[in-house]
Amino acid sequence: MELSLIALTPFLGAGFVAVISRLGRLHAAWGAGLVTLIALLFLLPFINTAFSGHVVVQSIPWIPHLGMELAFRLDGLGLLFVLLILCIGLLIILYARYYLSERDDMGRFYAYLLMFMGSMLGIATSENIIQLLIFWELTSLSSFLLISYWQMRHESRSGARMALAVTGGGGLALLGGFLLLGEIVGSYNLSDILAAGELIRNHDLYLPMLILVLLGAFTKSAQFPFHFWLPNAMAAPTPVSAYLHSATMVKAGVFLLARLFPALSGTSAWFWLVCFTGLVTLVVAAYIAMFKHDLKGLLAYSTISHLGLITLLFGIGTPMAALAGVFHIINHAIFKASLFMAAGIIHHETGTRDMRILRGLWKYMPHTALLAMVAAASMAGVPLFNGFLSKEMFFAETLFVVNQPWGWLLPIMATLAGIFAVAYSLRFIHNVFFDGEPTDLPKQPHEPPRWMKVPVEILVALCLLVGIFPAFTVEPILAVAASSVLQGPVPDHDLAIWHGFNTALFMSLAALIGGIGLYLIRKPLFSIQERMESLLDFRALYEFLLEKLLAVASAVTQFLNTQSLQRMLFIFMLFIMMLGIYGALATDYDYSLTGERGILPIDGVSLLIATVLVVAAAATVVMHRQRLVSLVLLGTVGLGVSLIFVKFSAPDLALTQLSVEVVTIVLMLLALYFLPQQSPDESGTWLRSRDAFIATAAGGGVALLVWAVLTRPYESIAGYFLDNSLPGGGGTNVVNVILVDFRGYDTLGEITVLALAGLGIYAMLEHLKIAGASHDSEGRAWDEDLHPTIMASFTRLLLPLALLVSLFILLRGHNLPGGGFIAGLITAVALVMQYLANGVIWTQQRLPINMHKVIGYGLLIATCTGLASWIFGYPFLTSTFSHIHWPVIGEFELASAMAFDLGVYLVVVGATLLILVCLGLVHHQSHQMRPRRRIR
Amino acid sequence: MELLIAIIIGVLTACGVYLSLRGRTFPVVLGLTFLSYAVNLFLLIMGRLTIGSPPIISDNAANYADPLPQALVLTAIVISFGMTAFVIILSLKSFLEMGNDQVDGKHRP
Repeated sequence: MELSLIALTPFLGAGFVAVISRLGRLHAAWGAGLVTLIALLFLLPFINTAFSGHVVVQSIPWIPHLGMELAFRLDGLGLLFVLLILCIGLLIILYARYYLSERDDMGRFYAYLLMFMGSMLGIATSENIIQLLIFWELTSLSSFLLISYWQMRHESRSGARMALAVTGGGGLALLGGFLLLGEIVGSYNLSDILAAGELIRNHDLYLPMLILVLLGAFTKSAQFPFHFWLPNAMAAPTPVSAYLHSATMVKAGVFLLARLFPALSGTSAWFWLVCFTGLVTLVVAAYIAMFKHDLKGLLAYSTISHLGLITLLFGIGTPMAALAGVFHIINHAIFKASLFMAAGIIHHETGTRDMRILRGLWKYMPHTALLAMVAAASMAGVPLFNGFLSKEMFFAETLFVVNQPWGWLLPIMATLAGIFAVAYSLRFIHNVFFDGEPTDLPKQPHEPPRWMKVPVEILVALCLLVGIFPAFTVEPILAVAASSVLQGPVPDHDLAIWHGFNTALFMSLAALIGGIGLYLIRKPLFSIQERMESLLDFRALYEFLLEKLLAVASAVTQFLNTQSLQRMLFIFMLFIMMLGIYGALATDYDYSLTGERGILPIDGVSLLIATVLVVAAAATVVMHRQRLVSLVLLGTVGLGVSLIFVKFSAPDLALTQLSVEVVTIVLMLLALYFLPQQSPDESGTWLRSRDAFIATAAGGGVALLVWAVLTRPYESIAGYFLDNSLPGGGGTNVVNVILVDFRGYDTLGEITVLALAGLGIYAMLEHLKIAGASHDSEGRAWDEDLHPTIMASFTRLLLPLALLVSLFILLRGHNLPGGGFIAGLITAVALVMQYLANGVIWTQQRLPINMHKVIGYGLLIATCTGLASWIFGYPFLTSTFSHIHWPVIGEFELASAMAFDLGVYLVVVGATLLILVCLGLVHHQSHQMRPRRRIR
Repeated sequence: MELLIAIIIGVLTACGVYLSLRGRTFPVVLGLTFLSYAVNLFLLIMGRLTIGSPPIISDNAANYADPLPQALVLTAIVISFGMTAFVIILSLKSFLEMGNDQVDGKHRP
């Protein structure tokens, strides 16, 4: 799986960079560069194979029964994109090191950038389309982080959210499209899909699938009418814009068009959908770009327009057009990255990007000006620069559809877009570097640091080299990329500057002259445009739709949520009962209520306890408005339940229930002190009888269910646990062995829940101040003697004994009833007794233990015990044990499960005490606040 | 014996359901406690009723009670304690912040 390393290295590197950035500000930049170079190194072994036209596919099974593989692929198109992503990425990393200011967190920036780079590489090298989609969504997520890098700015956050909503939404459509595509082909592998073009195009599901896939591609590539996210994403730092909007993010959409070109293209649906979208985007965006006063805004719309051009080329669908599309992908990446960087330098050195303020910078930064001029000339399609070559191929291709109905419109619109492109490129140069002397610039402009210009110089040199010697520079990679787009031979093409006097040349000339003319009359055009500004505001439409969507969502919530727990619970109970009735009626299983299993005889003691329990329960309900009484009765019920556990061979449960009961009642008593002592009688007779009916029905149903279950025989998997408990887990108490060994993972989860409950309660009670009541509900004064001496003395005496018992219970738990849960509760009860009898402050002074730490160590010990078995090559939480002989005590068993049980013990003690002591402290506070009163 | 257990679990459930439908927080907490008693017992008796043979391995034991429901119930008891504690403190907090102990957090006329 060496191929996967190309895409995975940046992800690993992101963490590395984030860590080393703590050592020094610039470490992150060096680290990111290193990671990119390593990824390039991993590419090296495959370059020759890919260049020779072979496809490298490496896969490992992922979800075999669904036919899913983790598969990577490298062919010409993939190679081209990997090279673009890594090489331009390297330049961006260098550039950003000078661009970011002292205040910016470099570690975060480069970690995000590497995550984004990895996602893009994943798209370029995926063989499985579902895997491609995962990387696709990862680019949406990581670009969200990059665009919102300056989190404190509102426009960063809103721009990032918009980009995520639009491209993420498109990703969902794409998922639908890919699933349909997989259904049609019967495989999610690109190799199969690319070979099944005939089948796909003739399938009934072709059109819905095509629309969904195109939605994904168009949103990502900012095609009309989804283009509005891209200008708003300009709130990102300029290196991010330079990366996302030249070689990566937006190119993912056109990459997808190129990738699926052999499978999807060649139908009239493809032609019209893709051509029309591309053409509208090309012309409209080029037009808008002319009127943007923001440097980056101009570049943003120009990017949209060029993406429209590439989309249009793939839409035309001839092999030559596809080749031109690939060529323009390369050229646009090169010149647009350098232009964004130049715009960043101008902003960095002058403090503004507003072209109404910028002018005459030629005098102050001639070097930068020269670089920007070359790149802008390339963007305009001036001969000798790389943009000219692909643009001329584009003009030539538009002529091929003239024989279609309305086909003559295409070359005319293309020329028009060319005119706009020349005009805005001219404005970028003339407006910024000439046009008089700069006044009121925020900063005194000067050339940037030497190394900040190096990335721009490299890119600009490429513009010239490709523009003048295309056959020696770009031809090999273009040919191999185009052949993998076409999945066949590349059409004869001649990458040369001069092709003789043909229509395409005249179109180029017309664009150049028209563009210059248009720029000369820009002033009146600006005033016309200002009046039309609000006509085509898709951002407003997006916000309108978003607002409506949120309104609908909250309306649905309002409808479903009645805002009343009482009513919701009522509906819930009713619904459950209806489910039960439906289940009983709908199955034709066995209607007889009583099964064939024999029943046990009733003895006198059991009858007595059952009667007490039922009476106590009923009395709790009847007396529930007298809260203290009902609480006492509830305690009786709890004790009855633990007696049931004793009766039916569950000693562990009985011990647990007993100690939990004590803690629960104490806690509820403590809470009840602050709550009203009585519930008002507010539900009317009807409501009470309704609830009584529901309750009786539920209780009756459950009783019948219990009866039906108990009188039927059953089969259990208990045999396994009973057989393996001693030989496998080393303990004779099977319940405890299940808890700490067989199902130790569950127990770990459960003590975590308990720890969280404790911490949640701590958070609720922290700094809580309540004035305590001085009288009870019947007007009697509370006793001032908080800590009766006799009780205090006796509990102090009892403490060592209680702790000894809990230790005993903990140690014997593996073999006899006991264990961490029970021992923890007993310890907690023993300590709570001290708090109750001697007061919170007295006890805390003598027991200064931070319960948070106890909980933390408990969880740590439990987890480490689990991890330890990992180290020895066993599954998580496998127990081991041995017997040792201690003098006097005798044979003693040591099991690793005991360490786990110790963790459980600590968490239970910590959480229980944390809860009770927190509430106890609130009590102490309330006594302090209570008006003092003397008893005579 | 099966009949007794059925009645007990039925009564506990009925009490739990009735109390949890009340309009004040304290009875609802009591109701939840009742429901956890009922559910814990219900889970336990899924292993059927066995008297006098705890699941502790020894040479002279003829048979054992089903240990699996017991292990499930043991953690369930502790978790329901955590839940009860959380809910009662939540109701205390809500009482202090809202000024009343209505479950819906508001005064009704």
